[in-house]
Amino acid sequence: MADAHAKHSPLDQFKIQEIMPFNIGGYDVSFTNSSLMMLIVVALVTLFITFSMKKRAMVPGRMQSLAELSYEFVAGMLKENVGSEGRKFFPLVFTLFMFVLFSNLLGMVPTAFTVTSHIAVTFALAMLVFVTVIAVGIAKHGFHFLHLFIPSGIPGWMVPIIFPIEIISFLARPVSLSLRLAVAMMAGHVLLKVVAGFVISLGAATAFIGGIGGVVPLLFISLLIGLEIFVAFLQAYIFALLTTIYLNDAINLH
Amino acid sequence: MELEVIKYIGAGLMSFGMLGAAIGIGLIFGQASAGVARNPSAQKQIFGTAIIGAVFAELMGLFALVGMLIMLFV
Repeated sequence: MADAHAKHSPLDQFKIQEIMPFNIGGYDVSFTNSSLMMLIVVALVTLFITFSMKKRAMVPGRMQSLAELSYEFVAGMLKENVGSEGRKFFPLVFTLFMFVLFSNLLGMVPTAFTVTSHIAVTFALAMLVFVTVIAVGIAKHGFHFLHLFIPSGIPGWMVPIIFPIEIISFLARPVSLSLRLAVAMMAGHVLLKVVAGFVISLGAATAFIGGIGGVVPLLFISLLIGLEIFVAFLQAYIFALLTTIYLNDAINLH
Repeated sequence: MELEVIKYIGAGLMSFGMLGAAIGIGLIFGQASAGVARNPSAQKQIFGTAIIGAVFAELMGLFALVGMLIMLFV
C-alpha cells in the first residue's frame, strides 16, 4: 500500500529533473526542467509584448489590445496605490506580474512544470521586492525610513512595544509573499492530481457498467481547471498588488 | 498507536486550520457585498480592500495546508 502511494504521490509533478548537469565550485547549478520552463516563460512574455506591439495600430487588433490591457492593468494599479511617483517602478512591477502570470498559466498546461510552485523561485522574487523596497526607502528618506516602523499618532510610551512588532511584521513580508504564491499553486496542482486519480479509481471500481462512475469526477475536474486558471491570475495580481503596496510604504511612508 | 495512524490523525486535525480561513474569507466578502449594496458607487474601493483582507486571511489557511501536506508526504 505504501509503495503504491509513493509511486503516485501527487507531489511527483514538482520534482526537479536535471537536463544538463553542471557544477561550479561544488555548487549544483545544473540546467533543470525548472530553468527550461523559466526560459520559455521569459521568451513567451518577450515575444508576446514585442510582436503584439509591432504594428502600433491606432485601432488595436486582438493581440495589441491584450498587450495594452495588461499594460493599463499594472499602470492603473501603480497609480492607484503609489501615485505619480510609482511610474518609475512600472518596469519592475510589470515584469514581476507578467513572469508570475505566465508561469502560473503555463503550469496549467498538462505535464508542464509549474515554476512558481517552488518556494526557491518565489522566495527569490520576493527577496527582490524586499531589497528594492529597503533600497528605495533608504535612498529616498535616509535615516527617516525608520519612521515606517512607528505608526503615526501612537502615544510615546507605546513606541518600544510597537517598534519590534512592526520590524517583525516587516521582516515576515518576503516569507508571506513567497509562501502564498508557492503554496497556492502547489495546492491547486495537488488538488487537480488527486481528483484526476479519482477518475481512474472510480472508473475502475465501476468497470462492470463500463466505468461510468468516472464521469462524475471528470466533470468536477473540468470545473476545477477553470477555477485554477482563475487562481493563477489572482495570485499574479496579488503578487503585483502587494509589491505596489510595499513600494508605497517605502515611498510615501505613512 | 502506530506512528502511521498518528500521522494521518494529525494531518486531519491540521486541516481544521483551513476552517478559520474559510470563515474569515466568507466574513470579508459578505461584509464587502453588504457594503456595496449600501453604496454601489464605492464598489471598486470596497472590493480592492476586501481582496487585500482576503489575501491575508487566505494565507493563514495556506499555512495549515502546508503543515498538513508536510505531515502527509514528507
